[in-house]
Amino acid sequence: MRTSNPCIAVATMVLCPALMFAGTVSGKVTYTGTPVKQKPISMAKEPSCEKQHPTPVNTETVVTGANNTLENVVVYISAGGDDANAPAQAVTFTQKGCQYIPHVIALHTGQELHVVNGDQTSHNIHPMPKANPEWNKSQPPGAPPIVQKFDNAEFISVKCQIHPWMHGWFAVLKTNHYSITGDGGAFTLPNLPPGKYTITAWHEDYGTQTQDVTITGTETKSVDFSFKAKAY
Amino acid sequence: MSDTSIQAAVHGAPTSFIRKYVFSLDHKIIGLQYYALALVAVVTGMVLSWIMRVHLVWPNAPIPGLGALAKVGAPGGVVTPEYYLQLMTMHGTLMVFFVLTNAPFAAFGNYFLPIQIGAEDMAFPRFNMMSFWTTFVAFCILISAFFVGDGPPLSGWTGYAPLSAVGKDAGPGQAIGQSLWGISIFVFCIASLLGSLNFIATTLDLRTKGMTLSRMPIVTWAWFITSCIALLAFAVLMPACLLLILDRVAGTSFFIPAGLNVGDHLQPHQGGSPLLWQHLFWFFGHPEVYIAILPAIGIVSHILICNMRKNMLSHRVIIYCMMAIGFLSYMVWGHHMFLSGMNPFSALVFSFPTLMITIPATIMTLIWLGSLYGSNLRINSASLFCLGFISMFVSGGVSGFFLAQPSIDIYLHATYFVVGHFHMVMGVAAIMGVFAGTYFWFPKMTGRMMNETLGRWHFFLTLIGTYAIFMPFHYLGLAGNVRRYSAFQDDFLVPLIPVHKFITYAALFTGAAQLIFIANFVYSRLKGPVASPNPWECTSLEWSTPSSPPPFDNFGGQHPVVHHDPYQYGVKSSTGDYIMQTSPEPGAAS
Amino acid sequence: MGGKIFAVLIVIIALASAVPIISHTFLGASVTPPEDISTHGKAIDDQLSVTMAEAGISFLAAQLVLGLFVWQFANRKGGATKTFPGGATAMVIVAVLFVGAEVLALGMVGSKAWGMVYFKPAASDALPVQAQAGQFAFYFRYPGPDGKFGQIHPEKIDEGNSNFFGLDPENDIPARDDITSGELVVPVGKEINLMMHAKDVGHSFYVRELRIQQDFVPGLDLAVHFTATKVGKYEIVCTQLCGLGHYNMKSYLNVMSQEDFDKWLKSQSN
Repeated sequence: MRTSNPCIAVATMVLCPALMFAGTVSGKVTYTGTPVKQKPISMAKEPSCEKQHPTPVNTETVVTGANNTLENVVVYISAGGDDANAPAQAVTFTQKGCQYIPHVIALHTGQELHVVNGDQTSHNIHPMPKANPEWNKSQPPGAPPIVQKFDNAEFISVKCQIHPWMHGWFAVLKTNHYSITGDGGAFTLPNLPPGKYTITAWHEDYGTQTQDVTITGTETKSVDFSFKAKAY
Repeated sequence: MSDTSIQAAVHGAPTSFIRKYVFSLDHKIIGLQYYALALVAVVTGMVLSWIMRVHLVWPNAPIPGLGALAKVGAPGGVVTPEYYLQLMTMHGTLMVFFVLTNAPFAAFGNYFLPIQIGAEDMAFPRFNMMSFWTTFVAFCILISAFFVGDGPPLSGWTGYAPLSAVGKDAGPGQAIGQSLWGISIFVFCIASLLGSLNFIATTLDLRTKGMTLSRMPIVTWAWFITSCIALLAFAVLMPACLLLILDRVAGTSFFIPAGLNVGDHLQPHQGGSPLLWQHLFWFFGHPEVYIAILPAIGIVSHILICNMRKNMLSHRVIIYCMMAIGFLSYMVWGHHMFLSGMNPFSALVFSFPTLMITIPATIMTLIWLGSLYGSNLRINSASLFCLGFISMFVSGGVSGFFLAQPSIDIYLHATYFVVGHFHMVMGVAAIMGVFAGTYFWFPKMTGRMMNETLGRWHFFLTLIGTYAIFMPFHYLGLAGNVRRYSAFQDDFLVPLIPVHKFITYAALFTGAAQLIFIANFVYSRLKGPVASPNPWECTSLEWSTPSSPPPFDNFGGQHPVVHHDPYQYGVKSSTGDYIMQTSPEPGAAS
Repeated sequence: MGGKIFAVLIVIIALASAVPIISHTFLGASVTPPEDISTHGKAIDDQLSVTMAEAGISFLAAQLVLGLFVWQFANRKGGATKTFPGGATAMVIVAVLFVGAEVLALGMVGSKAWGMVYFKPAASDALPVQAQAGQFAFYFRYPGPDGKFGQIHPEKIDEGNSNFFGLDPENDIPARDDITSGELVVPVGKEINLMMHAKDVGHSFYVRELRIQQDFVPGLDLAVHFTATKVGKYEIVCTQLCGLGHYNMKSYLNVMSQEDFDKWLKSQSN
């Protein structure tokens, strides 16, 4: 990256030695076998949402892409990194078209979550944690965002009871180093100081896998995950 | 059942402030305390209904002030779906228990029953005091549900299981609030049972010399019959609430069957029956609505007789009708459950006595109308409310005729038709009976007259307003408008919103009209013109007390002797065209 | 004065109340049951009409007589009080004979419509469809080509994955071809046997046009049968308070021609 002001470049290098010597772990998540076909969702009970989808959307339990790639996999540093603090910035989880956008979000323990209702109908947000207090709040259209935090790390299933097909996940993590695979199944974990790390990949249906990786300098290590598809 | 008086000095005159006005043993003070509690409850219940009505027609508009009062239930002042149902539950619970059982029955009954039979007080003054304070505790427990956890329950005043029984898994509004509701009603039942025992013992044992049962005024009979019904009804509700609480906190399964997946939590219960709750609840619930209306029937009949200056065509028949209604009320509870999954043959079994109740109800109505014929009805606020009662009793009653038939109930069940029906009979007719009693007995309770002009304004605005609110409920029901919905969003219901808007405006208008009553009540209490001892020229014993309000032992150390029935009107006497029950003058045969 | 005002007012109120009943509209909205699309609905509608006529006449008569008597007899100057001819006895006789008989007759005649829904068992060739009510949606299940319903496992319910009934196709073979639908799709003119299962708390099934309403009771396996006579889409709404989403708990009865239904069923199997 070229900067117009050499002073900034020098200041950066002086003040942020970690960034200078930071590596990256990146890779792809794929699957083997034949995943179950995702089913079309009937939004018949909510015409205001049904209208927004010219063809019905599918369930998002297993979202795949070309070349057997797998989406919505949360890849994160589960050991070796410092736990860091929760960023001040909130993470937003939106209800739109009677779906959760995005299907999976990741946030740090103690980081603020904002749940936004972008639909013309009320929703109720019901996360089902095991290590955090359970809550269930309804949100009429136009209501202010619901602000919540989770103190303990876990993967929390979230649903709406008014629209039972709505399903999402909160990945509450102890680290800020995470990446969720999108279309193409790729993930990248930059800004890793030298050290030994355990990388974990979590998929809501196919489970969890881990791999160890060591960063020595500024290299990019390639780590791929492959999950076995389930028949049912 | 002798007519010799059993009068011992029941209790001495109170001396301290606490004994006089707080922990009083005097049935009159206790009656006023019940009335005050009912007044607080009815204002609270009415405000809740205004919030509900406003939310239904302007669902996204913030309600001023509500956001600050209800941060969880109405963030930013916009009522959430669960909060609407929570308000609805509290509205129903407050109105049925703390208003309709308290005001016409506990309040006026406590005040006037002993006087009307010539007694110094109730048979058990200490139980009486406990009854009121227990009711007050029940009220406090109920209201506390607003302030704990995620608020009051949302399962309706009917609290059907398993929604009410499984606990917080059923969603917001089903956590500790529901348990508090169950405890509150349980405590209320205790108070009610004590009260009923008192009424029955007093009526049977403490009548003064000459006061045979057949010489008791109609309203005294109404309270007596009501207390018999209440004794059996509340005795069933009490254990039902206990079982519900046990299901919630002790892991029992009286009302919860196996295999329930509630909010993605499998319930660890098995073996229970949701229908059991419905049976227990409605076995209480149907007599309860007659507990609400019978005292009003008695009050209205009593006031009308005095104002018509002649007896009903037959007061005895009215009393028999009240007894018949009380008896039949125990046979009809299943008409709330036609579609509940009970054996369909039972629907016909319950429908038959339900339809039979039409007969005593019609007899009474015909007697009221027939008695008006040829009378010389004095028009005042009290008698106007009696006429309003008759009108509303008919209106609310005929809609019951539809609901009593299971085939029609298939269509009308759980629609606004039902809501219109019960509001007209309970929410309006019974309340009109309370208003009539208030205007009529205010001079006796306070020694002052209420303002007649304000009373008439109150009446006419209320009559118009309540018809404007509740008649359209029936139209909505016929259209298929489902009840207990916090919003009308779908294509079927949206076209009915203009009707709901009309109703909301009517409700706010009628609510405002009640301010006239409150203002009249407060002003008259403080500065109303002093009342003569018998301003209405009525015959019953409450009008023969030496002062208004009566002295602590009602008759100032005297034990009245009764010579007549309470229907000596149109009879020439030294007092005018009537003879008081205690007057030794000869009267007309009755 | 007050008496005369009351009399006039009560007559106006009574007549005004009757207008929407007769005209079937109020403030621009239709306030009458929607068209009947069932085979038993006419019996219910006829019952409703007769009851309305009798109730309406009683209502109007009572209010008008009340108004008339108050007008005539309130605040009169003097005058001997007279008694309604026949006294209380006449009232009792009128009530018992006239009202009582009418009431009983209606009640007995009305049981016919009730019987059509509840006493007649479902036809042996009725189409079996299972309905499940759970906070806050209805789902329907067809048995698929094998004609058998798979077992329900409440612990396996996974709504985010469209497994609303808790089926276990991996281990339970009849479950594999079961068809789950968010709408109740039925062929016109065919009797449907709707088997009702409650997932969590009490709910109720109500289709106004079908003149059918029946509670879902947890722990009880109830069924209701009906035949829809007209193609179209009709709302199914929940009428038993079930929680915060009760107002939004609905589905649609989608009545199709037999041909369209067969096509639809086939498309669901793929």
